[in-house]
Amino acid sequence: MAEATTNGKYKVIGTRPIRHDGADKVTGRAKYGADYTFPGMLHGKVLRSPHAHAIIKSINFDKALKLPGVKAIVTSKDLPSVANKLEQAGEMAINPHHLSMNILAHDRVLYDGHAIAAVAAINGHIAEEAVRLIEVEYEVLPPVMTVDVAMKPGATILHKDLRNQEDGDKQTNVAQHYQFKRGDVAAGFKAADYVVEREFKTAMVHQGYIEPHNAVGIYSSDGTATIYCSTQGAFEVRSFSAQVLGMPVGKIRVVPAEIGGGFGGKTTVYLEPLSVLLSKKTGAPVKLVMSRAEVLRASGPTSGSQIKVKMGATKDGKLVAAEIWMAYEAGAFPGSPVGAGAMCIITPYKVENFLIDAYDVVVNRPKTAAYRAPGATNAAFASETVIDELAEKCGIDPIDFRIKNGVKEGDAQTVGPPFKRIGFIQTCEAIKNSPHYKSKLTGKNRGRGVASGFWFNAGMNSSATVNIHADGTASVVTGSPDIGGSRASMAMITAEVLGLSANDVRPVTADTDSIGHTDVTGGSRVTFATGMAVYEAAQDAVKQMIERASKVWEKKPDEVEFRDGKFFAKGNGVPPMSIKDLAPRFSRTGGPITGRASVNGRGVGPGFATTCVDVEVDPETGKVQILRCTIAQDAGKAIHPSYVEGQMQGGTAQGLGWGLNEEYFYDEKGILRNVGLLDYRMPTCLDLPMIETCVVEEANPGHPLGVRGVGEVSIVPPPAALANAIYRAVGVRMLETPMSPPKVLKAVLKHGGSAQHSAAAD
Amino acid sequence: MSKKTLVEATVNGETVEFLCEPRQSLLESLRDILELTGAKEGCLTGDCGACSVMIDGRVVCSCLMFGVEAQGTNITTVEGLATTGTLHSLQRKFLEHASLQCGICTPGFLMAAKGLLDRNPEPNEADVRYALAGNLCRCTGYDKIVKAVLDAAADLRTHGEGKAAAR
Repeated sequence: MAEATTNGKYKVIGTRPIRHDGADKVTGRAKYGADYTFPGMLHGKVLRSPHAHAIIKSINFDKALKLPGVKAIVTSKDLPSVANKLEQAGEMAINPHHLSMNILAHDRVLYDGHAIAAVAAINGHIAEEAVRLIEVEYEVLPPVMTVDVAMKPGATILHKDLRNQEDGDKQTNVAQHYQFKRGDVAAGFKAADYVVEREFKTAMVHQGYIEPHNAVGIYSSDGTATIYCSTQGAFEVRSFSAQVLGMPVGKIRVVPAEIGGGFGGKTTVYLEPLSVLLSKKTGAPVKLVMSRAEVLRASGPTSGSQIKVKMGATKDGKLVAAEIWMAYEAGAFPGSPVGAGAMCIITPYKVENFLIDAYDVVVNRPKTAAYRAPGATNAAFASETVIDELAEKCGIDPIDFRIKNGVKEGDAQTVGPPFKRIGFIQTCEAIKNSPHYKSKLTGKNRGRGVASGFWFNAGMNSSATVNIHADGTASVVTGSPDIGGSRASMAMITAEVLGLSANDVRPVTADTDSIGHTDVTGGSRVTFATGMAVYEAAQDAVKQMIERASKVWEKKPDEVEFRDGKFFAKGNGVPPMSIKDLAPRFSRTGGPITGRASVNGRGVGPGFATTCVDVEVDPETGKVQILRCTIAQDAGKAIHPSYVEGQMQGGTAQGLGWGLNEEYFYDEKGILRNVGLLDYRMPTCLDLPMIETCVVEEANPGHPLGVRGVGEVSIVPPPAALANAIYRAVGVRMLETPMSPPKVLKAVLKHGGSAQHSAAAD
Repeated sequence: MSKKTLVEATVNGETVEFLCEPRQSLLESLRDILELTGAKEGCLTGDCGACSVMIDGRVVCSCLMFGVEAQGTNITTVEGLATTGTLHSLQRKFLEHASLQCGICTPGFLMAAKGLLDRNPEPNEADVRYALAGNLCRCTGYDKIVKAVLDAAADLRTHGEGKAAAR
């Protein structure tokens, strides 16, 4: 019946219409969280710890409260006591106790920037002055900044009550140990002709969204609260805030504002519960916006890590064994993405024998949050460098080595079950056949590197409604905050099913009271899962309209067909009817048409990407200039190709920044020293070339349109691709990110020999 | 501390008067007093360019200027880029090339790009990258932004619309 428009020859899908929210975004009208104001609104600021690790002995805010214009101050005493165990909140498990301690430190501060108190005042300047008047007495403790220090016997302990499954009742900084294994690793290495063993370090990096965190909280005297904020997941903000505040979920409404980037960093809460607490205490709306320094010091970066990789191959280039040890900084509370990293690190390859040990370790740094394919980029930096070295030892082209060992449909994933249809090999072949890879790179100190990456992608819950208007156009309502153009894709899917143009469908992101539960915009899941809900909701609308058309024609529903946006009555010469013709008759045939669907996105299609990068290394300064970059990624199906390319380019740029420049600099006291965007050095447009894209479309069999989701995997290959390119340029294997000028220079000087020689000969 | 100063300036072609505290930045004055929230706060240190506006024809980070310093100046914000109902070529090209994802940096990029095209109507890729290097975008990798600016420059050379829209 309603399958009519999706025969593989799409009219709307695969085209490039102007995004629906575009005009507002180029004219400055789009409303982001910090743009909201309400009558009588107060402004909040947060007092943050100047120490990495300390016991809070006392807090005195008498002076601050006396400052004219100050309306209220809250500390952790204003938070209810909550459960100290993992609880389901939406699709993500959280520990409400840890979340509460991160919102406002309870009895100790665990990182530089840890929130201690929050002030509401008539303007932000007064709130800031009040913050400076709060007196806190600390007992400073030694900071634990890296996983090796944190894991040492006798290390300073962050959480007295933290235990893991292996160490019994012993106090520890290791929150979790994951292990994955297959086959016989010792036998595997025995069969290997070449074995490469390397140790890697990656620095903690930030998602770097340009819009700081923000929230406006409005607590009403009837016990309900409304939160306006820029978030990737309004429903997560609702459930997390409810947990921390001890409020029922149904009493909180979250209105997602336009969001200025997130990349995983806006999937949790920082200011949202504070805005409600302060609003409750003052009776006024309260807005809080982080400064850039607060974003860097206290919102979720992703883990720095230490990784050891040992891999073996036979001389004909078959991978036979892998032994991996990895430890990720979780930040101040458990929950690094090391488990995900472990499940990604060798997943692109068929390896019969492996043992992977992975450790989640708490340190005196901000609690990490998701960052685009969380855990996978650190992991790939290590494994893809070792793969490159093995390919070289075997004398095989690095792309051919990957094609030879790469996973295909039916091969086992690291976690066990076999892959369904995937496009990894196709991404390798796309690079191999690209003008970039076929071109010859010439010149001194220049090199070309390739690397690949894997990310699971996610399904989870999504809801959608499709409303047919009286003029035959439609609106599509979802609960997925649009972070990179997804509204356009939702409108296009609706238009495809209804036989309308993309312009005839208006996409809307609704608040938590106006749409069914919809999980976070993350995991590359919006076009996949919310797209699936939209597809089904549009089909539901078509099904209802077929019944109405049959009423108009006095036929049975199965005597009416819908195709190309028109209804046809079987058998006689009645002229077809468009949705526009039918829409004015809705009220006489049974009322308005609203199609609905809710899905629990099964059939997730994993994502793969392969990236090729050319660099030139200045052997005198260690600076690495990127000359050319191409990425091939499997999208499954590109709904709006421009925004698919955009995800590939954006993720690549982040990966290149991660590889070359970005890092958190902590001093010996555990204080973050680069808290601005001049010193936390993200790529500018002078640092990057055009980023060429090859969109591979290996349809995901688990999705009606073949969609996989494209948001994340593009970030995974670049750091390793850069390391491999630097090796070919100057002969040194870089084992640490960022591969910044001082580190590259040091490696080049240490290596001496050929690199220096060729530079001298230049 | 909070004694306010009366400031008179031209904003997007209109004469405006506003009262601001000496400590309020121009960005804060535009956003919180004049309710022009198109310019965004990304860093408050002049590193991200999201707050870029044009003052007397020059691209300026409005977070680095005080509101009182705007006295007597001519300010164009992103809200003043389109003429009644018609988008500036840069705005159109940003949409056609899908040069924005989240859109938070877009107002700043548009103003920086306008500053470039006003000075240099025939920029090459290197000129564009140099002129936009003070603006950070974390979503796009800049590729589609650079292409849109080059395309808008070509469009303005052909149609000259920018000259009219620039005022």
